[in-house]
Amino acid sequence: MEASYSDRPKHLAHHFAESKQQYDSAKLGMWLFLLTEVLLFGGLFLAYSVFRAWYPETFVNANKELNVILGGLNTIVLITSSVTMALAIRSIQLDRKEATLKYLFVTLLFAFTFLVIKYFEYSHKFHEGQLPGKFYTFEGIDGTNPHIFFSVYFMMTGLHGLHILGGIGVITWMMIRVRKNEFSSQYYTPLELTGLYWHLVDMIWIYLFPMLYLIR
Amino acid sequence: MSEHSTPHVLPLRVYLGIGAILLIFTIITVIAAQIDLGFLNIVIALAIATTKALLVAFFFMHLYYDNKLLFLIFASSIFFLTVLISLTMFDTLRRGDIYEIRDINIEQDAIIYDESSSVGADTSGTNH
Repeated sequence: MEASYSDRPKHLAHHFAESKQQYDSAKLGMWLFLLTEVLLFGGLFLAYSVFRAWYPETFVNANKELNVILGGLNTIVLITSSVTMALAIRSIQLDRKEATLKYLFVTLLFAFTFLVIKYFEYSHKFHEGQLPGKFYTFEGIDGTNPHIFFSVYFMMTGLHGLHILGGIGVITWMMIRVRKNEFSSQYYTPLELTGLYWHLVDMIWIYLFPMLYLIR
Repeated sequence: MSEHSTPHVLPLRVYLGIGAILLIFTIITVIAAQIDLGFLNIVIALAIATTKALLVAFFFMHLYYDNKLLFLIFASSIFFLTVLISLTMFDTLRRGDIYEIRDINIEQDAIIYDESSSVGADTSGTNH
């Protein structure tokens, strides 16, 4: 029995019979986590729906204050980062470690680009006083309770931005582990899960962009 | 030998092709938003977003090739989110009294905005 134990690959935890079982279990757990993520953002999507139904004119007028160019640019940045993330995983599946590192690095650069663009958008709104709740001091939007639009805007994009920050941390960690030669075509589960997370964050932005920037 | 499972590798053109389609859809959704189509605007915007999300889920997240249980988990999150939003909307859109409440500016109403208001004072009084 001890001999068979030493045959086991290093990445295989003792409570799994084989790598495939460990991989499938990890993926199942990750999808359950993504389910809770959908529900976490779901509460904000609900708030958006209710307030947009209550104040249709306010939402149309307030949304004109958002910069469609910057929002669209960020959509392109995030979609491209999803492609490079998918290619990073494809590279490790083919045992191309250098390519994996390059694709992860490019993904990281896109993530930072997204946050820099978001920073310019946020600082403009802080400057104009287009802020949530009682901090709202802007006077150029017609309609009842325009600050509600900015409460919804900052909560949705803020929670999404925190997820980008978290993604940056995890992608950096994955790059360190690829460098340490921990992954190969036989074992790349953590990279696969990082990819799933990153694609979900991309998917949420795919909805946020038309919902916040393209109302008419 | 079952330990060393070969990963299912998609060809490069699948990822690049899906990426290109996603970028084209992004441009289409921006253009569609510039044209006034009334109620159809939001329908088109959400239809395009959902198409993009499904492409990401099926190909980037491999749901198309994976165990269908994973798709079921994802679909159930969307299903329950739909239940949450649609039932709430049925409620909030069909209540007569909400029309009076929603036209009030929130600042005048909320306790958190004015600590010296009588409502706020009453609440802190009952805590002692």
